[in-house]
Amino acid sequence: MSIAASRRSFMKLGGGTLAASMLPFLKHIPAHAASGDVAVAAMGQTINSLDLHRTGTNRPSYQIAVNCYDRLVSFGTKETPDGGLSYDYSKIEPELAESWETSEDGLTMTFKIKPEAVFQDGTPVTAEDVKWSFDRAVSAGGFPTVQMKAGGLVRPDQFEAADERTFVIKLDRASKLTLPDLAVPVPFILNSKLAREHVTDDDPWAMEFVHKNTIGSGAYKVIRWDPGQQLVYERNDAWIGGPLPGIQRLVLREVPSQATRRALIERGDIQMSFNIPNKDAKELDAEPNVKVFSTPIENSIYVVGVNHDFEPFQDPDVRKALAYAIPYEEIFKAAAYERGNPMWGGGPEIETADWPQKSPYYTDLDKAAEHLEKSSFAKGFEVPFSISLGQTDWMEPTALLIQENVGKLGIACTIDKIPSANWRTASLVEKRLPLHLEGFGGWLNYPCYYFFWAYKHGHLFNSSNYRNDEIETLVDETLHLPANHPDYAPKVKRMIEIAFEDLPRIPLWQPALNVATNGVAGYEYWFHRQLDARKLTKG
Amino acid sequence: MTRARPILMRIAQVIPVVVGVVIISFILTRALPGDPAAYFAGDAADEASIAEVRAKLGLDEPLPIQFLYYVGDLLRGDLGQSLTTGQSVAADLAQRLPASLELTLCALILSCGFAIPLGVLAATRPGSWVDHLCRVLVTAGVSMPTFFTGVVLVYVFYYLAGIAPSPLGRLDFIYLEPERVTGFFLIDSLLAGDFETFFAACRQLILPALTLALFTLAPIARMTRAAMLQSLSSDFIRTARAAGLRRRKVLFGYAFRNAMLPVVTTLGMVFSFTLGANVLVEKVFAWPGIGSYAVEALVASDYAAVQGFVLAMALLFVVLNLVIDLTYTAIDPRIGFGSR
Repeated sequence: MSIAASRRSFMKLGGGTLAASMLPFLKHIPAHAASGDVAVAAMGQTINSLDLHRTGTNRPSYQIAVNCYDRLVSFGTKETPDGGLSYDYSKIEPELAESWETSEDGLTMTFKIKPEAVFQDGTPVTAEDVKWSFDRAVSAGGFPTVQMKAGGLVRPDQFEAADERTFVIKLDRASKLTLPDLAVPVPFILNSKLAREHVTDDDPWAMEFVHKNTIGSGAYKVIRWDPGQQLVYERNDAWIGGPLPGIQRLVLREVPSQATRRALIERGDIQMSFNIPNKDAKELDAEPNVKVFSTPIENSIYVVGVNHDFEPFQDPDVRKALAYAIPYEEIFKAAAYERGNPMWGGGPEIETADWPQKSPYYTDLDKAAEHLEKSSFAKGFEVPFSISLGQTDWMEPTALLIQENVGKLGIACTIDKIPSANWRTASLVEKRLPLHLEGFGGWLNYPCYYFFWAYKHGHLFNSSNYRNDEIETLVDETLHLPANHPDYAPKVKRMIEIAFEDLPRIPLWQPALNVATNGVAGYEYWFHRQLDARKLTKG
Repeated sequence: MTRARPILMRIAQVIPVVVGVVIISFILTRALPGDPAAYFAGDAADEASIAEVRAKLGLDEPLPIQFLYYVGDLLRGDLGQSLTTGQSVAADLAQRLPASLELTLCALILSCGFAIPLGVLAATRPGSWVDHLCRVLVTAGVSMPTFFTGVVLVYVFYYLAGIAPSPLGRLDFIYLEPERVTGFFLIDSLLAGDFETFFAACRQLILPALTLALFTLAPIARMTRAAMLQSLSSDFIRTARAAGLRRRKVLFGYAFRNAMLPVVTTLGMVFSFTLGANVLVEKVFAWPGIGSYAVEALVASDYAAVQGFVLAMALLFVVLNLVIDLTYTAIDPRIGFGSR
């Protein structure tokens, strides 16, 4: 019968004939059913590749690298205050490596691969596979290569497969960033034997093949991918990277309309709605069936960027006037719906080296007027306030509220909405927006790492063209310094102090990642802000 | 009478149109704001890696060279790679065009089935309650934006009543796509003899099709009514009535047939704008159609996808116009387009 034929061809597509036949897409499963061990999740974005290393792979696709591949190491898990789970930055745990050691001078790292580690096609994971995968990540260009560089991993000759199970990394300098950088999604391990069969002269890294096939050793494999519609994960029962997921099959549907996603999760037809807006998070929290997790995103702050290349903002009093004129409280209510953490109204002294931390500024129009009076722009000025059309959910209310308040000082803002295709170029690459909003978050959870990207001159997320020689030195000194080194905290405190004094970025609040569940447990927050399905269970 | 020659002539006339579309769509996409290289280099990409991506996408070449590459690829039938979906544009279009066509056609059939009788009734009984009903429905249909009708329908029939299936695209996730022949799920599932999938696809289709049908009701009903009124008041109807022909014969044999020409023209126009304009309906019902594809591509300055979309739509309209012209000759034998 032809239905059977189509089902068979579907299995072939996924390559998971055995596992899939136990839980086929049967027509007699009731419609609302994500019964058995099947769960359905919805998200608003689209997955455009199964290969993170490929040029043009978008952010939502990073979850494939997380769910279908392993890295040498991973982060631990901890509980969050609201009863959810979060990855634990302070703990590095084994994933494919069973043990590792670093030499005295910190320049050589040796990893032992778990002997039972196998790829999903049954072949063992060897050090040669690890080397090939690392070579691929540093050679692919674009984002993967940049992220590898953050951990000091730059050239293929740094990686060596000493024997079947021993993998050695040689570093040019010891850095605390190297080990955590091995646990981010980028250095995932591919089946190099399988990949090599698909290598061509034009495509030395089998990008075309890996784009459409998952060839890892991870917790899931992708058995079906209809771009723009859905992706189906099937559990890999031979996974050795951690405890087996409690869900056998996860169907990820792309539902662009926010209203539709909300109706689906409320009715319980989907078990998870990933990355929901703050407004929905607040309202769904009141629903009895729906559980909402709002996790403040580590090392991330929404800020007002004040560009030092433009005249009024070169005056420190103008920047301070601005910082005192921002209606923080209203913004936090109207734009964030009180999800996340306030980042204003801290004490005058920098007491800890924690980041992000509250700035000493708060809303005080009199103080703002005083500062503006002292500056050479006492009469006010005109400035465009740029926001991205792709992020209007938080940028628009924020910009409007700021516009209203600074208007009282005589600073006339015109809101300038920039199409999202143009936003990155204008704000980050050309850095040509005098006053704008920005929301960088660092994957590696160190203050120095944040400052490296957002406060060093010429670096991508320093959209304010800020330059301070002391910050430049401090970042260089702290970036590779171990966080428990006695010099580390004082230097970081000094950086924060300068940043709050010079105000190239006026902190507003620390945003949250909102996820709603209805019928699954075990959602875990990760710094990469994508769905990690490895701990999910029904219930 | 052979009809093949004039049709071939019509198709030949299409060639300059297509060439024009290719050139204009190429220039317009390049004029879009935004830099695809920066967009696709990823979140933490620096200038060097953006330049690398640009070179990889061939965007560092001068425009005329890029155009030559594009035309060369087109001649080989290669529409390029979409960056937003990561698939070839041809594969994307083959996947999404049938989805949009199926939805639009069903909506139009639904809408015609209602609007044409309504228009005819309203015209034969001007001022009656049917006429008023027609006016109210038409006004309501146009004045409610499609995404609003869509959300209301989802709210009432799915969220509150629980009658409609979850608005999750063309098929609920527990069903498999029928074996692909035409890309129309309704037809493919029937060809496969799989009635269960057919009904499942039907159920998914009802709400979005209804949403679009409500929107397209207005122009069709209005045009039918106006055309019927005009043809009912014309001389040949008076003659027919004076000759004592039966009412039915007068109404359907003469008046309606003559009123069909403007209705078919309107239908063609409605079809074309609906196909492009149902983006919002597609978004609400997670329908994997061509409209949302084009919008996503535009937002990301995804050149190949936008060009492919424009080209596909241009070809589709050419075919549509041809079909409409052929329908004219079927309705009114006096019209022969070979002579023009």
